[in-house]
Amino acid sequence: MSIRTEEMTLNMGPQHPSTHGVLRFVIKADGEVMREAIPDVGYLHRSIEKIAEKVGYHGFMPYTDRVDYVCAMFTNQGWGMACERLGGIEVPRRGEYCRVIAAEFNRIASHLLSVGTMGMDIGAMTPFTHAIREREMINDLIEELCGARLTFNYMRIGGVAWDLPPGWREKALAYLDHFDPIWDEYNALISYNKIYVERLANVGVISAEEAIDYNLVGPNLRGCGFKWDIRKDIPYSVYPEFEFDVPVGRGEYGTLGDAMDRYMVRIREMRESSRILRQALRQIPDGPVLAKVPRNFKPKAGECQIRVESARGDMGWYAVSDGSGYPWRVHVRTGSFAAMGIINKLSRGLMIADLVTLIASLDVIAPEIDR
Amino acid sequence: MDALATYQRVKERFGDRILEINEKAHDPFVVVEPSAIVEVCRFLRDDPEFAMNCLSNQIGVDYKDRIEVVYELYSYSKRYGVTLKVKLPRDNPSVATMETVWKSANWMEREIFDLIGVTFEGHSDLRRILMPEDWPGHPQRKDFVEPMEYHGISTVRESPIIRLEAKK
Repeated sequence: MSIRTEEMTLNMGPQHPSTHGVLRFVIKADGEVMREAIPDVGYLHRSIEKIAEKVGYHGFMPYTDRVDYVCAMFTNQGWGMACERLGGIEVPRRGEYCRVIAAEFNRIASHLLSVGTMGMDIGAMTPFTHAIREREMINDLIEELCGARLTFNYMRIGGVAWDLPPGWREKALAYLDHFDPIWDEYNALISYNKIYVERLANVGVISAEEAIDYNLVGPNLRGCGFKWDIRKDIPYSVYPEFEFDVPVGRGEYGTLGDAMDRYMVRIREMRESSRILRQALRQIPDGPVLAKVPRNFKPKAGECQIRVESARGDMGWYAVSDGSGYPWRVHVRTGSFAAMGIINKLSRGLMIADLVTLIASLDVIAPEIDR
Repeated sequence: MDALATYQRVKERFGDRILEINEKAHDPFVVVEPSAIVEVCRFLRDDPEFAMNCLSNQIGVDYKDRIEVVYELYSYSKRYGVTLKVKLPRDNPSVATMETVWKSANWMEREIFDLIGVTFEGHSDLRRILMPEDWPGHPQRKDFVEPMEYHGISTVRESPIIRLEAKK
């Protein structure tokens, strides 16, 4: 027997510890069960796309870091690739390798933060400290590479800003040797923990058709059991030269496409990134890292689309040039923006406490939604 | 099947309502009459030959003499994408919503409505998404002038961007 009570309207955020940035939800609840959760975004909107029209092609690179500050290498790469396509510039092979190495380290760092905060969101503090400890070490490596720990500004149109420092390769390989056993330790600590599984399994189930209809991308799409990775399926950069698998959700602990599947996809992707990194660090060729690009970069009038597999999935860049030194229009479609669009639908009938699990499992980052 | 072959098939099917096929662009695109865009998209989604099951991106662009809405479709089963465009007048631009074909259009159309000012007819929830509800104008329009203040909060300060703009 179900008893309905008077509908209650609850406000969550915009500064709530588990909303991954400045997000706000208006929750209509019947007791503990939500009728719907209406996302209210835009608190971090800085109109980065409009800024691009004023600062020019080279000048926009540091701003792209702010689109997604948790995995800034991918936004750097997306903008670099869009400009290179407009201007017909070819990146030297060593430059491409440097990009892949930096980006895959960034993917591990981003996934570590994602799975760490996921534990914290549902009340487990310890995994967060473990994940952040590992992420710190990656940040140290990246700091040595480009001088920054969060907003990297490492890539340039036509390659990367700096070559790998002397001795960095050995340090990076040593870190991977340290990371792989830690990955097993992390799994033993949290991934198969009974309480953890019960909080995640069967929550926020998404079918593959629904995910495609709502344009979910990256780990959220793969969590539904749909094998799709831009690095494999629409290859870019030097990714075809590496051997790696694309982990997909298997419904091991509940229904296919639930929060647990999305979590496990991220955990396994870290292992695959480690595999790519080992190959890239061993195969990296010699040569220049940056192509010759005029300081006054003026691509021919036209427009182009670029798709990059970021840590939060397919990031779509659209750039329009009018032949001048300033882009006419820049647009970036991000994974978090699409993921927020499905929350209202998934929240119906969930417990309020599960909304936090749902947000964490979709791995949304507020500046990426608002830009 | 690739993008260009798809455009030819669409042209055969819809005739005059397809205004232009651009094959020279980095990503070839087709310009469709605004009144036909939903019909064309539904055809591309439902015909098993194309099976465009995903609207991967929807963008509004202000070209000073017109507004363009760009639709990027992708077929996960056929592994290729197509780009469709509609050209709208700058005064009161309006086009039918794509929400009835793909759910992902809901939020992307809200963003275009907010930043460019295109009205999507039949949209279920056409509200501003990124800017505040009472914000004047549409910021991504080329002639948009930022107001000096918003509810008593100054929006202007000396910044490198303003200095750059003065030089330009």
